[in-house]
Amino acid sequence: MSEQIICSEAALGYEDGIVTEGLNFSVSQGDYLCILGENGSGKSTLIKALLGLKPQVSGEIRFCGGFSAKDIGYLPQQTPVQRDFPASVREIVLSGCLSKTGFFPFYRSSEKKIAEDTMKQLGIDDIEKRCYRELSGGQQQRVLLARALCAASKMLLLDEPVTGLDPIAQTELYELIAKLNSRGITIIMVSHDISSAVKYASHILHISKKQLFFGTKADYIESSAGRRFLINEEGNNG
Amino acid sequence: MGEIISTLQYYFSYPFVRYALIVGLLVALCSSLLGVSLVLKRFSFIGDGLSHVAFGAMAVAAVTGITNRMIIILPLTVLSAVLILRTGRNTKLRGDASVAMISVGALAIGYMLMNIFPVSANISADVCGSLFGSTSILTLKEGDVWLCLAMSVIVLAVYALFYNKIFSVTFDESFSKATGINSDGYNLMIAVITAIIIVIAMNLVGSLLISALIIFPALSAMRVFKSFRSVTICSAIISVICAGTGIILSILCSTPVGATIVTADLGAFIIFSIVGTVMSRNKAK
Repeated sequence: MSEQIICSEAALGYEDGIVTEGLNFSVSQGDYLCILGENGSGKSTLIKALLGLKPQVSGEIRFCGGFSAKDIGYLPQQTPVQRDFPASVREIVLSGCLSKTGFFPFYRSSEKKIAEDTMKQLGIDDIEKRCYRELSGGQQQRVLLARALCAASKMLLLDEPVTGLDPIAQTELYELIAKLNSRGITIIMVSHDISSAVKYASHILHISKKQLFFGTKADYIESSAGRRFLINEEGNNG
Repeated sequence: MGEIISTLQYYFSYPFVRYALIVGLLVALCSSLLGVSLVLKRFSFIGDGLSHVAFGAMAVAAVTGITNRMIIILPLTVLSAVLILRTGRNTKLRGDASVAMISVGALAIGYMLMNIFPVSANISADVCGSLFGSTSILTLKEGDVWLCLAMSVIVLAVYALFYNKIFSVTFDESFSKATGINSDGYNLMIAVITAIIIVIAMNLVGSLLISALIIFPALSAMRVFKSFRSVTICSAIISVICAGTGIILSILCSTPVGATIVTADLGAFIIFSIVGTVMSRNKAK
């Protein structure tokens, strides 16, 4: 499998302080990488770095084989602004194609076609005229997922996508993401839902102030970092 | 009815009344378009803040005695728009606090300057005029109308050309940034256009009531319509109708122009709220 992102000895943070350092990992085409870590462990800073919005303090984040930060479809966390936003599903999905229009002020038919195909693929073509704020949480995430896919079809970067969803919608969304992954789309998901991470992901990156673990899921379950986290989680659930 | 029409005909035979109507409709159109974005971005108060800045700038311009006051008012207001936006991202001074600070500060300085260097004998009439618009819309000259027309065309063109980008930046800034859209640039553009509209609109409704022109049509449209495009179009239509109604009513009943327009906007908001509630009730059944 060809590598798309290689991160070596990267340190991330701001001028007045390093948030996380010693990051060494790589993402290959078709991987399903789950980034785990507690709040404040530098997950969101890592997202910004991967998207090319915030340069690393030191080290290197390299994109390989013609892949670039622009080829990442991003699913951000929902903002309060969006919850009561008057926009139709179609308008939102189409806005994913915006970077393809360049300086041209309107959407061309090729971009509309991409949006329509993506909506069909994710099973939201029947609600394209509905208003975003009236959809269920799970439907809203599908819409944003479709928008991300319109922007980039090779890799998806998902920032805690199941937050605020009920358990059934969570499972549905996880299954949908796994389905996309099985079609060859690379998935990077930031999460603190460790049990689902272990269930669906192929690779795990566990970060705190520094990198605690990177490797395959099987190795993670055996590792000391993974064991501690998994036992904690079971303790919480039990 | 015939009496009303003949009264209107009598008034519209005066060029300054026609100018007032043209400028009023144009300003209403432009401000309502931007209002949709500003309300959704939780920037409703930027209009209020900037209008106070424009008031302060006008006081400065009056004191300096320059005939073309726009030279001072426009740059100062645009600059404040940029400043408000910059500090909005700075964690030390939160967006709402910086807007409040700049707006109240400008208001105080403006009023103080007008008192220290009075340009006319009746200060309170001057202040009242700039705050509530009073009669200044009826003193527009042909040049003002052309300026307003040119600015409106620019605003409308920019809005039409960047409509999709404005939508994306309004809906989701982080996503737009990630896909390589210069969202900071578009935010700046929105703020600058807002500043320009406020300066033009100040003649119409005065600085205290401009916010109403920006937010009411958008809020009304959002009660009923469900897509960004329909909200934008509806907001523009509401705003133009209310401005027209307000101006004509103010002529017929000799009420203050600005206050009448805003009251019409408020009326439209109440009607749309009721329609929206009824519609969602019916859906629930």
